[in-house]
Amino acid sequence: MADPVLETRDLAVTFPGRHGRRPARAVDGVNLTLGTGEIVALIGESGCGKSTLARALIGLVKPTSGEIDYDGKPLDYSNAGLKAYRRHVQLVLQDPAAALNPRQNVFDAVAEGPRLHGIRADLNARVYSAMARAGLRPAEHFIARYPHELSGGQQQRVVIAGALALDPTVIVADEPVSSLDASVRGEILKLILDLRTELSLSALVVSHDLGLAWNIADRVAVMYLGRIVEIGTVEEVLLRPQHPYTQALIAVLPDSGSTSTLLAGEPPDPTAIPTGCRFHPRCALRASAGDRAAVCTTKDVEILPAAAPDRSLVACHLADLAAPVVE
Amino acid sequence: MSLLDVRNLNVTYRTGRERVHAVRGVDFSLEPGQTLGMAGESGSGKSTVALSLLRLLPRGATVTGTVHFRDDDLMTANWDRIRAVRWAGASVVFQGAMSALNPVQTIGDQIREPILLHEKVGEREARSRTAELLDSVGVPAARQRSYPHELSGGQRQRVMIAMALACRPDLVIADEPTTALDVIVQGQILELLADMVRDRQIGMIMISHDLSVLAATCERLAVMYAGRIVEIGPSRELIGQPRHPYTKALSSAFPRIGDPASRRAPAGLPGDPPDLRLSLPGCAFHDRCPESMPDCRTHEMELWPAGAGRESACLKVLPEFASVRAGEHDG
Repeated sequence: MADPVLETRDLAVTFPGRHGRRPARAVDGVNLTLGTGEIVALIGESGCGKSTLARALIGLVKPTSGEIDYDGKPLDYSNAGLKAYRRHVQLVLQDPAAALNPRQNVFDAVAEGPRLHGIRADLNARVYSAMARAGLRPAEHFIARYPHELSGGQQQRVVIAGALALDPTVIVADEPVSSLDASVRGEILKLILDLRTELSLSALVVSHDLGLAWNIADRVAVMYLGRIVEIGTVEEVLLRPQHPYTQALIAVLPDSGSTSTLLAGEPPDPTAIPTGCRFHPRCALRASAGDRAAVCTTKDVEILPAAAPDRSLVACHLADLAAPVVE
Repeated sequence: MSLLDVRNLNVTYRTGRERVHAVRGVDFSLEPGQTLGMAGESGSGKSTVALSLLRLLPRGATVTGTVHFRDDDLMTANWDRIRAVRWAGASVVFQGAMSALNPVQTIGDQIREPILLHEKVGEREARSRTAELLDSVGVPAARQRSYPHELSGGQRQRVMIAMALACRPDLVIADEPTTALDVIVQGQILELLADMVRDRQIGMIMISHDLSVLAATCERLAVMYAGRIVEIGPSRELIGQPRHPYTKALSSAFPRIGDPASRRAPAGLPGDPPDLRLSLPGCAFHDRCPESMPDCRTHEMELWPAGAGRESACLKVLPEFASVRAGEHDG
């Protein structure tokens, strides 16, 4: 794989507590690299910090500690620095109907980024080519339309065209298909794959959907309570999961054929992260580990370092005991 | 006798001067204790079908056809009869529990309300029934005094299920019961619903856009497209060997992890669903169908037998068109 384009080092984002509550450690030490032309899927439950991590990567949230490197240089949080950064790293959100301005036609929606960045030369050509790459063909057919005149899939293509209009190198997509219909979902995922092939675009795709990772990603990072608990190639992580949490996520899929390891309890709370291993209160493996389980409640698991693209890493004291799920 | 029998159901919405023909001749029936999943994309008419059964549609909707629930014809029954059937005979679990629950009433009061209205029981008995119900759906009975905002999304959906079961109905209609929930919580809720219908022998119609969710909970599946059922049959067979190209497209949209065919190959379906203001002769799917034939544009579609307990509205299940069958149908 080529050089990393985006890299986080011990990234942490803590939101201050309100109304006497404790602060929420939404992202609590994340090392993640995204290579040029690589697609990484970031998977986890709601409240695990995956969206906060995505927002931090785009510079919308300033990390409490740690740093983000783009192209080998730390992210500059001055206004000019962020503006320059966002030409290269673009965000695609979940709900295209909410992301688009209902009173702006397609041309203006796609041209908004270039205009904000003062790109006036060949604006038409830029918009048309971004629309064509996003699969809105012929572009003339769409430019004068308003969001309500488009289907959900077409709206998401407009959002993606808006991101592409700035010729970015990285796309951070937060649940890009979860509000779309089944048949449209595949079309949009195909588009993300094609963009990688044609433009060597890198993508971090945040989702709760393991099928999405299987469909398009090179690597998967599984996040739990602010940390990556397992990372590796899609095949390694999804077919031979090492972490009991990953195993539970896979077992819960309706077609997994498994009825066991249903995780009990509610999604975890980042204002009250358990001591020891943060997953221990819900861990099925700990319950069956006997004496060795003592360490799980007392000793925090070390933060995973940035993984080489072909290596799998798992943050579990008992990882050697975790038998992979048999397919 | 069937628990529910729906014949030639048609629903038209009036929006301004235009008429949207949302449901176009739907037939199906459900035996007591049976579970039926209805799949389809937004606009396919699946929720409209569900809501029309208990006459829950807004005024602008015109409904024709017959809906027999046990001995009652729900299309012609008077409102007293409908009110008696709602909750006690058949109840609905809506999607989005936050908007379906009353934010200024405790959940205990909300579960008790239908019990007190429909059954001659006192406050005390209603209270103990509520506690039992909450307990059976896995919410601590002490949470009776909580307001909806004090519960998590999964707990709220559990409360919705407890409410639906409050008057011991014979039929539960679950409209996208897990849509806004997390994978883990979704798994828990689906398991709970499956246990409930099994233990209490309740019939269930579950509506979802996710075929894999339906297949995990329902014995039979009906796939809707543009207001019609295009395929119906036992879940496993229907997903394993779809006999309608639309079912095939829908089922491959949710890949099975470990399936080499879908690795780095998301399956999509180009095009958009048809405009339901139009009359749509022939097969409504023909212009998106990868196996379309000239006859598909004109031939009147109906559900033809397509194997044991199965029906499909695709010309290719008919012997005279079978020879044109593409290789994908094999197996």
